[in-house]
Amino acid sequence: MKFIIAIIKPFKLDEVREALGAVGIAGMTVSEVKGFGRQKGQTEIYRGAEYSTNMLPKVKLEIATSDELAAQVVETIQQTGGTDSIGDGKIFVFDLASATRIRTGETGDTAL
Amino acid sequence: MIRKFICGAGALGASMFAATTAFAQEAAETVTEAVAEVAAPVAEVAAAVPNPGNNAWMMTATILVLMMILPGLALFYGGLSRSKNMLSTMTQVGAAAALAMLIWVMWGYSMAFGPNTSEGFIGNFVSSGALFLSSVTPDSTAATFSDEVISEYVFISFQMTFAAITAALVLGATVERMKFSAVMVFTAIWLTIVYFPIAHMVWAGGGLLFKLGALDFAGGTVVHINAGVSALVAAIMLGKRKGYPSEPMPPHSLTLTMVGTGLLWVGWFGFNAGSELEADGFAGLAMINTFVATAGAALAWMAMEKLSGHKGSALGYCSGIIAGLVAVTPAAGNSGPFGAIVLGVVASMVCYFMVAKLKPKFGYDDSLDAFGIHGVGGIVGAIGTGVVYQPLFGGPGDGSVGTAAQVWIQIQAVGVSIVWAAVGTAIAITIAKLVTGLRVSAEVEHDGLDIGEHGERAYN
Repeated sequence: MKFIIAIIKPFKLDEVREALGAVGIAGMTVSEVKGFGRQKGQTEIYRGAEYSTNMLPKVKLEIATSDELAAQVVETIQQTGGTDSIGDGKIFVFDLASATRIRTGETGDTAL
Repeated sequence: MIRKFICGAGALGASMFAATTAFAQEAAETVTEAVAEVAAPVAEVAAAVPNPGNNAWMMTATILVLMMILPGLALFYGGLSRSKNMLSTMTQVGAAAALAMLIWVMWGYSMAFGPNTSEGFIGNFVSSGALFLSSVTPDSTAATFSDEVISEYVFISFQMTFAAITAALVLGATVERMKFSAVMVFTAIWLTIVYFPIAHMVWAGGGLLFKLGALDFAGGTVVHINAGVSALVAAIMLGKRKGYPSEPMPPHSLTLTMVGTGLLWVGWFGFNAGSELEADGFAGLAMINTFVATAGAALAWMAMEKLSGHKGSALGYCSGIIAGLVAVTPAAGNSGPFGAIVLGVVASMVCYFMVAKLKPKFGYDDSLDAFGIHGVGGIVGAIGTGVVYQPLFGGPGDGSVGTAAQVWIQIQAVGVSIVWAAVGTAIAITIAKLVTGLRVSAEVEHDGLDIGEHGERAYN
């Protein structure tokens, strides 16, 4: 099993979620996060007083998936989440040691 | 009809008591023997009777100016402050205005518009009489600019709201760090030694700047230059907010600032058109000018932002509106509509330059730009009024005083107000510092004045 963390642009969330649903991903955890990378922050100006914010809002997806689906998930996020500009985000893949469904106690791929 | 009260005690307190009691008696048409003082009409003059239409308009205008203070200015300033100082900012505005109302009926009206004006030197600066409104009755009247009159109580109320909003305006420069108690002490002294004399100088028949021929329709000098300069001096003497300018201090709610801006604009029609003291054509002129100068100024500020390479902003729109309103105040009934538009646009551009470009270089902490907009906009408006007043530029003047001569008179009036306000504010701040101390503790400033000074939070 793999555990995938993807940081994407917030306005791309719906598109990515639909595309992942189409490849068979049945659940994910979504958080609103802040961070920075090459895109840096943005500047706010109030009556000439400039405040540059270092952090930008992003959306973090956490997806647990079977080994077979993992590559397809990464490819789907990469294709639907991108805008060909800096600040599109990153995808990280981890090996997942175990997964348990709390209600039934099922483990492994069947728990996903 | 003018009535005089004969006060047995003669003391001020007794005088107020007499006035109030006598009024109550007349209203209820009952006489109680417990009251020693007797109201005796000693002079019967066949005087003009107030036109109910004018009275009704002036009562409406008065309430509109109150709306400028609460909730208008309170929301405008409150939205610009940080959320931890929201209640403090709004409460200071409201409390200063309330204190100003009480002081106005005790000795403010007397000093600014009292019936006794001495001919000598002192008459240039203050009047006397009518302390605690002792000579005022429902029948007494105040002159307008024609042969009409309005009820004196209405005139007193109208002018009272001007004193109240001016006192509140100053606080825009001192919010987020000045003690509430210091605000109260400062307001009482400042009104007495700065506002009342300047109001007398500009608006009362014997006043120095009135006699000079200075044009100030609705208070560009009395209210805005006065408040703006006082705000600057107060802000410098008080010192910067902790962390200014290195820490970000963005406005906590531009939504509320926008709401406050709208209330101020609407209320300003009472302020400007009401200053005609009648519901006549000049009130109409003041009204159209208060629309179009403001509209021009709002867009001019956004255009300046765009030309400076930024985005046209909501706060820029609001700031432009205030700058335009301030600039058109002295010109409201003294300008044609297109002169007013030019005045609003120019004032907006100058204020933008002052607030966005110059202020950061000087480094003083005029927190909500009371000086940058009211002071600077007021100066542009006051001097510009000398130009747009001329018939050549579509103004209502008769051209008997040339443009250069009128502008020179305006500059003199501005100069006198600046010096008077600066010196008076320095004295008032110094006294407040001695009585209560000026600033809250570093801990209260960090935690916010809402919880530190008032024991509440604006948002829970």
